[in-house]
Amino acid sequence: MQKQEYKAYAEKKSPNSPLWLNMLKAFLIGGLICVLGEGVRHFYTNWGLSLEEVAAATSITMVFLGVLLTGIGIYDNIAKHAGAGTLVPITGFANSVASPAIEYKSEGYVLGVGAKMFIIAGPVIVYGTVASVIAGLIYYFIH
Amino acid sequence: MSTKHIGKQTAQLASPPTITETFSVVGSKEGNGPLRTYFDEIVEDNTFGEDSWEKAESKFMSTAIQKVVQKASLSTSDIQYLLAGDLLNQCSSAHYAVRDTNIPFMGIYGACSTMAEGLGLAGLLVDGGFADHAVATTSSHFCSAEKQFRFPLEYGGQRTPTAQWTVTGSGAAVVSAQGGGPYITHVTTGKVVDMGISDVNNMGAAMAPAAADTIAAHFQDTGFGPSDYDLIVTGDLGMVGRQLNIDLLSQQGYEVSDVIDDCGCMIYDFETEDVHAGASGCGCSASVFCSKLIQELRSGAIKRLLFVATGALMSTTAIKQGETIPCVAHAVRIVTDKTN
Repeated sequence: MQKQEYKAYAEKKSPNSPLWLNMLKAFLIGGLICVLGEGVRHFYTNWGLSLEEVAAATSITMVFLGVLLTGIGIYDNIAKHAGAGTLVPITGFANSVASPAIEYKSEGYVLGVGAKMFIIAGPVIVYGTVASVIAGLIYYFIH
Repeated sequence: MSTKHIGKQTAQLASPPTITETFSVVGSKEGNGPLRTYFDEIVEDNTFGEDSWEKAESKFMSTAIQKVVQKASLSTSDIQYLLAGDLLNQCSSAHYAVRDTNIPFMGIYGACSTMAEGLGLAGLLVDGGFADHAVATTSSHFCSAEKQFRFPLEYGGQRTPTAQWTVTGSGAAVVSAQGGGPYITHVTTGKVVDMGISDVNNMGAAMAPAAADTIAAHFQDTGFGPSDYDLIVTGDLGMVGRQLNIDLLSQQGYEVSDVIDDCGCMIYDFETEDVHAGASGCGCSASVFCSKLIQELRSGAIKRLLFVATGALMSTTAIKQGETIPCVAHAVRIVTDKTN
């Protein structure tokens, strides 16, 4: 069997991810996280915070929850089912920073935690920043 | 002029060495699986009382080495060679595990094929008259492997249906010149085979061609066929790779489906343990061989075994640079009656 032929054969024989079920679970759990965020936002609004303060306080609360659930070992168990549903919200970002911080603690606070903390979130920050610059430039020129 | 080499890849041992004793030590997940009654020791705490996963893995191996020597009623000074390796960078688990043993050490790396590589080399050393006793061992740990090859443990990711679960555990075997068996009679050394698979979440598919290549070479070199074995057991192909291996051998005219199994399909309970395509890791074939397989050889339930550990020689750097996964499989023939 040639390489190309084997690759195609192996792919055929390998089970695929259950895409529809995964998407449904991602939608439901991701949606629930957003509903929770919305609840937190209402809570702060009713507390009398300004619009800007509410946005910041909500993000802080959701990040805290993401980190807390990561630290006590629950977030990955939810993510196992939710996939993108737990990856996309800000809680997923918190998880991607907190989990390497915990993992690399054994290598010290500087070269372990400090150096490895953004190993997963780093690319998101880099390309997120680049994308925002490009979007800003486009906005500048069409206005 | 070599006198013990037959065919292209096989060594036929003139005075088949004995596998005197084995020891297997595994983690809690493995200890809850179908092979729980076969293991020598089950460690409920996956850190094994240490403060890092790497130290824990090393302790699994050092425990296996220490206890297999004790179990064989030997002392470490009786062992002339220790052959060990693992999955971590620079084989660090092995190096720290053997640090205090005082046994002459040869480090080997064959990824998950390491147990067959070590057992085969130990057999060659003993048969060659270079040692009375040699120990072969390897280990793996789910958490240290995830950390090095994939993501941090608490990272929220999804595993694909073809992904395999790295075994936490170690196995060690003492191979001796004298003894009543089981005997190592043939060692078929594998070639590196790369059929272009680059999906690191489908190691079974990457390794299956290497397994099929070595098993076919073993048959051609020795003249044995599937019917000459009670069991041909691959290392950690998992569900996907196991079937691909059967298909690839069938295309070459060898029907093995009645005698083949895979350690990666034996150690966990597929219904309850959520391991997707099965088990993997050096510790997989090592702990299964040093528990269930050796006990069945001793009881006579298996009389002729071909132990084919399979390794994906994957480098995370090379994969990121667009390379595919080179794989290797080594086969060791073990029998209860050496005239057979």
